Amino acid sequence: MPKYVIIGASAAGIGAVEAIRDVDPVGTITVISEELLPQYSRPMISDFVSGKATLEKMKCREDYFWEKNAVQALTGRTATRLNLTGKYVELDGGERVNFEKLLLATGGKPFVPKIEGADKEGVFTFTTLADAEHLAAKLENAKSAVVVGAGLIGVSVTEALAKRGLRVTMVEFKDTILSLLLDSTAAKIVENAIRKAGVTIVTGQTVQRIVGKRENDHVVNGAVLTNGDSIQCDVVIIAIGVIPRTELAAGTDMKTNRGIIVDKFMQTTVPDVYASGDVAEAYDFVLNENRSLPLWPLAQLEGKVAGYNMAGKKAKYDGGTSMSALKYFGVPIISVGITNPKDDAAYEILVKHEPEKEVYKKIVLRDNVIVGMTFVNAIERTGILFHLMKHCVNVKRFKQALLSDDFSLAALPLSTRKKVYPEAAMR
Amino acid sequence: MKRIIAKEEACMGCGLCEVHCTVQHSKSKDIIKAYTREQPRPISRVRLEINKPVSFAIQCRHCEDAPCVSACLAGAMRKDEETGMVTHNAEKCMGCWTCIMVCPYGAIKMDVSGKVVAKCDLCSELEVPACVANCPNGALVCKEVTP
Repeated sequence: MPKYVIIGASAAGIGAVEAIRDVDPVGTITVISEELLPQYSRPMISDFVSGKATLEKMKCREDYFWEKNAVQALTGRTATRLNLTGKYVELDGGERVNFEKLLLATGGKPFVPKIEGADKEGVFTFTTLADAEHLAAKLENAKSAVVVGAGLIGVSVTEALAKRGLRVTMVEFKDTILSLLLDSTAAKIVENAIRKAGVTIVTGQTVQRIVGKRENDHVVNGAVLTNGDSIQCDVVIIAIGVIPRTELAAGTDMKTNRGIIVDKFMQTTVPDVYASGDVAEAYDFVLNENRSLPLWPLAQLEGKVAGYNMAGKKAKYDGGTSMSALKYFGVPIISVGITNPKDDAAYEILVKHEPEKEVYKKIVLRDNVIVGMTFVNAIERTGILFHLMKHCVNVKRFKQALLSDDFSLAALPLSTRKKVYPEAAMR
Repeated sequence: MKRIIAKEEACMGCGLCEVHCTVQHSKSKDIIKAYTREQPRPISRVRLEINKPVSFAIQCRHCEDAPCVSACLAGAMRKDEETGMVTHNAEKCMGCWTCIMVCPYGAIKMDVSGKVVAKCDLCSELEVPACVANCPNGALVCKEVTP
């Protein structure tokens, strides 16, 4: 009987395998993945569509990853049902896989709102390699595209389509793009870069209806916006967001909210059953609450924590927060935590904006502790700020240095350095 | 594995560590050619931090539990199980900048190409890393530690 069973083999699943093998070299591991080649980097699918990354480059682990870690990999298989009292997973073929410790790393699925015509040929979502392959195949004969949603996925697919020479229109319901990550000043800098690449951005609108061709209604010919405007296009990509794939938790004792509820050890409300990655609601150290944060680095960390605990080594998840690094349209951006607080009275905001250089730096403080930051076109050393943020360092004494171009570790008082950088080399 | 330790009290802030790191990571490995002919000039992976009177050199610490390795979207940043070194594979790197966001030391830079990152590789082909060998005041020392 496999000791460890992991459902899902993307970031969280991979992190868990590595952590388990770090402490338990022999316990049997079975990984169940719907994908045939699961160990690739999902964030790289836009580079795949643009032609910048080959399938080989996308592999984030070696081909022999499963063999190396003595994993029984059931790829191309779907877990259909859980029996947590009987401690087994049921597969699509009806077989049962027993477990001692189970990890749900099933990820998220694209949210597709009810749009008339969304079932037409030429409408895509964009989260997996299969999505990217389908889209890439269609692009051979496509000249124009409408991207619905201007979040991380929307912007990344827009860049890929623009690079492939398509005429792209990005439609965003909010007033600015990337609104969950950026304030309007930062968003405007990216919007300029996107427009320079020939993309049309429409804000404050969404797609109401997708229309078919006159000769074949089942094939996409355009999109109609809420204001009635219609845009001719050959493909529509729906990139509104992802929702946790919690289907397997239904009918079990596992408590779910939007995602599966986990403790700081990534264990669900059912003993021996863990959840990590986009499917879980893990701890956010800035908001001090658990929430769904579908981000690759966090999924990998959460998977690692789950893996250690499954293998009997106590490990606590320090928490993550909304944290994104962006590279799209040649504008490097770091956005972490609370970047655009509504209740201004509780926050102090430090800003440095150099419009001629398109450099924008913003730090959000609450009681002299960094709780958020946005850096556009000047992102180096932001990791130091992130470190201060994670350790809730009071920055009152060196606040003025934080936005300076030569901000560095040397700007920190010695006492602070000693406290948060315990390594001898830094003393 | 090798570890580079900075002796803050001995650092004069001369910046030769950066110069020699640049040379070591140039094509020619020649100080004059690297600085006059190589365009763009390779970047230094060590950074001299100055906030007078404090100065010290900092480069990748090859952290035990390296945040950049867990955060890497591409599998380009790896922890070498044998040497304990954090290695960066530029071929795999997708230039997403996530490692820059999470490096507590600010020790990962955007490479000159603007497409990938660059960081200290401990000059694996040299006996003693270039920054250490060329520090005139012994402010950088190389120690052998067991990972």
